[in-house]
Order: sequence, then structure tokens, then C-alpha cells
Amino acid sequence: MIVSRHLRRGFAAALLHRLSGIALAIFLPLHFVALGTALKGADGLEGFLALTRNPLVKTAEWGLVTALALHLALGLRLMAIELLAWRERSAAVVPGAIAAAVAVGLLFLLNAS
Amino acid sequence: MSGRLFLAQRATAAILAFAVAAHLAMIILAERSGLTAGAVLARTHRNAWLLAFYALFVAAASIHAPIGLRNILLEWAGWRGRPLDLAVAGFGLVLLALGLRAAFAVYAA
Repeated sequence: MIVSRHLRRGFAAALLHRLSGIALAIFLPLHFVALGTALKGADGLEGFLALTRNPLVKTAEWGLVTALALHLALGLRLMAIELLAWRERSAAVVPGAIAAAVAVGLLFLLNAS
Repeated sequence: MSGRLFLAQRATAAILAFAVAAHLAMIILAERSGLTAGAVLARTHRNAWLLAFYALFVAAASIHAPIGLRNILLEWAGWRGRPLDLAVAGFGLVLLALGLRAAFAVYAA
């Protein structure tokens, strides 16, 4: 039973790490193109930032910030397993990593302008 | 994954761990102080430290993301061989070019 839960959490962590990575890889070029509008000066960038005040875009941003935090948290777990040979409680920290990512997402939402 | 790609993936992950944590903090602080072009550019304009930080961030992400995508395409889509390597290398180069352009844009604006 304990082994099964360990495997289930490990699988969920690997899946979430990959899915968040795919989301970030799709988003990253768009993010760079948007920031590149600053080459046209502050007005160019402001034109893009005005779009981000749309609730739908803000929701997507919240999702991406959460995905970034989740990818980071699960990546740190993976590095601890690989570099420190740390396995004993590696599955137990998966819910904590997800909670930390949700907390970062909420912090973003609470401070969203 | 070859040993060289594995090492590159993990070495860039170590850089990105710090860069992403700092970036998340900056995103939240930027939102808190009102996300306007003026406020963003006031922080980034002619700031050589931020330019260096973002150039390193972009370089690490441009190596890390294609290797991760390569693994996913290999395992989930069964894509392999030279076409896969060329596609992900192309994606990395596009990321690098767009990312450095973006870092320069907010520095020079």
C-alpha cells in the first residue's frame, strides 16, 4: 500500500513536471515576442500590457505562473533525488511541491494589477 | 538521453532554479507595484545587471527546454533520429534569438 502510494505520487510528479514544461515551452516564445515590443519604446510595450489586463489573459498568466512555480518545485525534487541520492521521503514532498506552486499562483493573483 | 545532454539539462536546471525563483519574485513585485510599461522599463532601462541576468536566464532556458522537449517527443511521440535533433535544436535557437532580443529590448527601451 505504501509502495503503491509512493509510485502513484512519483508518477503524478513526473507527469506534472512534463506537462508544466510543455506549457512553458509553448508560452516562452510568445513571452519573448511580447517583451520584444519594447523595441518600439514604452508605447509598444504598453500596448501589449494593456492586453494582459483582460481577465481571460490574466487567468492564463496565473496558470503560467503556477506552472512555472510547479516546474521549479518538482525540478528541485528531481535534482535532490538524482544528485543527493535522496529517495526515502521523495514521494512525501510531492503534495508540498504542488501546494507551494498553488501558493505562488495565489500570491500572483492577490497582487495582480 | 546521452550523457552530454543529461549533464547540460541538469547544469542548466541548477542555473534556472535560482533564475526562476528570482523571476517569480520579480513578477509578483512588479504586479504589486502596478504593471505598466513605464514601471517595467524604469527597472530595466540601462540596467546592465538585469541584462546580464536575463541573458544568462535566456541562454539556460534555450538549452534546458529543447532537451526536455526532446525527451518528451522521444518517449511520447516516438519521434527519433536526426529530424528530432534538428527540430529541437532549431527550437532552441529560436528561443535564444527571441529571448536575447527581448532582454535587449527592455534594456535599451
